Amino acid sequence: MIARSSFIQRYFQSRTGVIGLIILTLIIVMAIFGPTLYPVDPWDMVSRPLQWPSFGAEAPLGSDVLGRDVLSGLINGARVSLIIGISATAAAVAIGVTVGAVAGYFRGLTDDALMRITEVFQTIPNFLFVIVLVAVFRPSVFTISAAIAVVSWPAVARLVRGEFLSLRQRAFVESCVTIGMSTPRIIFTQILPNCIAPVIVTSSIMIATAILVEAGLSFLGLGDPNVMSWGAMIGFGRQSLRTSWYLTLIPGVAIQLTVLSISFVGEALNDSLNPRL
Amino acid sequence: MRPILEVRELSIHASSGGQPIPLVEKVSFSVEKGATLALVGESGCGKSMTALSLMRILPEPAVRIVGGEIRFEDEDLVSASERRMEQLRGNIISMIFQDPIASLNPIQTVGDQIVEVIRTHNPISRKEARARAIELLRSVRLPDAERRINYYPHRLSGGMCQRVMIAMAMAGAPKVIIADEPTTALDTTVQAQVMALLRKAQTETGTAIILITHNLAAAAEAAENVAVMYAGRIIEQGPVREIFLSPAHPYTEGLLGAIPDNAEGGVEIAPLAEIPGNVPRPGTLPSGCAFAPRCKNVQQRCRNERPDLTAHGNRRVACFFPYSQMIAQ
Repeated sequence: MIARSSFIQRYFQSRTGVIGLIILTLIIVMAIFGPTLYPVDPWDMVSRPLQWPSFGAEAPLGSDVLGRDVLSGLINGARVSLIIGISATAAAVAIGVTVGAVAGYFRGLTDDALMRITEVFQTIPNFLFVIVLVAVFRPSVFTISAAIAVVSWPAVARLVRGEFLSLRQRAFVESCVTIGMSTPRIIFTQILPNCIAPVIVTSSIMIATAILVEAGLSFLGLGDPNVMSWGAMIGFGRQSLRTSWYLTLIPGVAIQLTVLSISFVGEALNDSLNPRL
Repeated sequence: MRPILEVRELSIHASSGGQPIPLVEKVSFSVEKGATLALVGESGCGKSMTALSLMRILPEPAVRIVGGEIRFEDEDLVSASERRMEQLRGNIISMIFQDPIASLNPIQTVGDQIVEVIRTHNPISRKEARARAIELLRSVRLPDAERRINYYPHRLSGGMCQRVMIAMAMAGAPKVIIADEPTTALDTTVQAQVMALLRKAQTETGTAIILITHNLAAAAEAAENVAVMYAGRIIEQGPVREIFLSPAHPYTEGLLGAIPDNAEGGVEIAPLAEIPGNVPRPGTLPSGCAFAPRCKNVQQRCRNERPDLTAHGNRRVACFFPYSQMIAQ
């Protein structure tokens, strides 16, 4: 394993990685502290409707059709986007790693069975599948995260399975068996740490995808009706796109920046964790 | 003396869909406490499969034991439960592999790996295990053990990694060590050191060693007894000195003739003798003696009948026309 210091050094050599990290940190800070620092309810009518961004005290980024504060929506939406992105990815990685590790370690029939199940999930278009799941269960932050996790784990499972198939053949795994280690211990403490780098890279991209899927759902009105999210804001602004285009632009840019910064971070992680590339 | 490990009529077959292919057939040998047995043979003769089967780590279900017994003290390891095997592996019976660098986990320090082995079998604290690990690394003469215990394997040379592997193998004070080509991946100078280290460990703890090798010189130096394998069977076995001074089986004689040992004193070196042909692939054995197609003394009987391992004084030979007999006549 590469020493920790050289990994950090290599990460900071990537300019886009640094830019991504800065933007992402700002967004995270905004999501965590924003609602305390700017305590305006995103559902409250705070000014007259469709007020253009004035950068003044009242509704600095303007208000929407119902007079709701766009800045407040932006701040609260960051929270929702990040929570869904991270929790959906965490769940998908947990399922994917387990399935992939078991399939790759035991091979044979276990592998065949698990991979056929994985393929069933892969043949269904992701976004449609999420819509179906969210429509069947009542939309909430939890069900949306779960639905996104259900459609995203197969990618992780295939990745981890591939790594396990090759690591499994290595002599050190055999020597773990000869020193009397139990199978779960070999899987989790010996092989898994060896394939964690590609999993980290994939999951950073998955966070970005999850945020986009959530935005898409909210835009279609299938999001959690109790929370303000960026996708929902775009949806609300859609009717007045020609007159008050800022209502669509501002949350759109927010989504764009978040996804872009996460992709930058993911790419820089990939380069610094796999220096041979 | 009663042997600590005794293998009786062990057979291992590979089955890939169709007909089972015999890899090892009716192999018997035994090793006593503090003694070394060398299993010698060319690549593909079944010696590594035999070694893996002793630990019960054959790539099952494709390759498995189909018959015989592996007696360890009063237990039969062939029928032992997987749980029991986990207790024995690394603790009572341990193994050293051919490629030491690949046998260590690349993302764990060597110290952590040794601590892991110690704590798998002993309920002691991490700190105690670490002290024991340093002690073990010192006993295998790893220079600067206190510092190197924190190294990742890629920072150690092949020889050092093999020392670490030996330290790991010795961690549980094993009664049997199986060394599968322990020196093949190492430099010649380091090979001698590693063998010396194994012998030192053996005299200190009285473990039995089963040395798997294709290097007859290494076998001659390290072992008291030797079993020569060919195409999945033992063809000659007995005390190492006798076999090396007067091989009875033409194959053993051929192997000995292929050692470059006449290079002393600037005498002109005679061309090395070689054994023509290759080891037959498993599953394509001739009906008679497996060595018959390559044997220079082959007779009609060898092609039709398979010779059994029969006693000739101190040793057992599977040949109808062994050399000693010819000399006696």
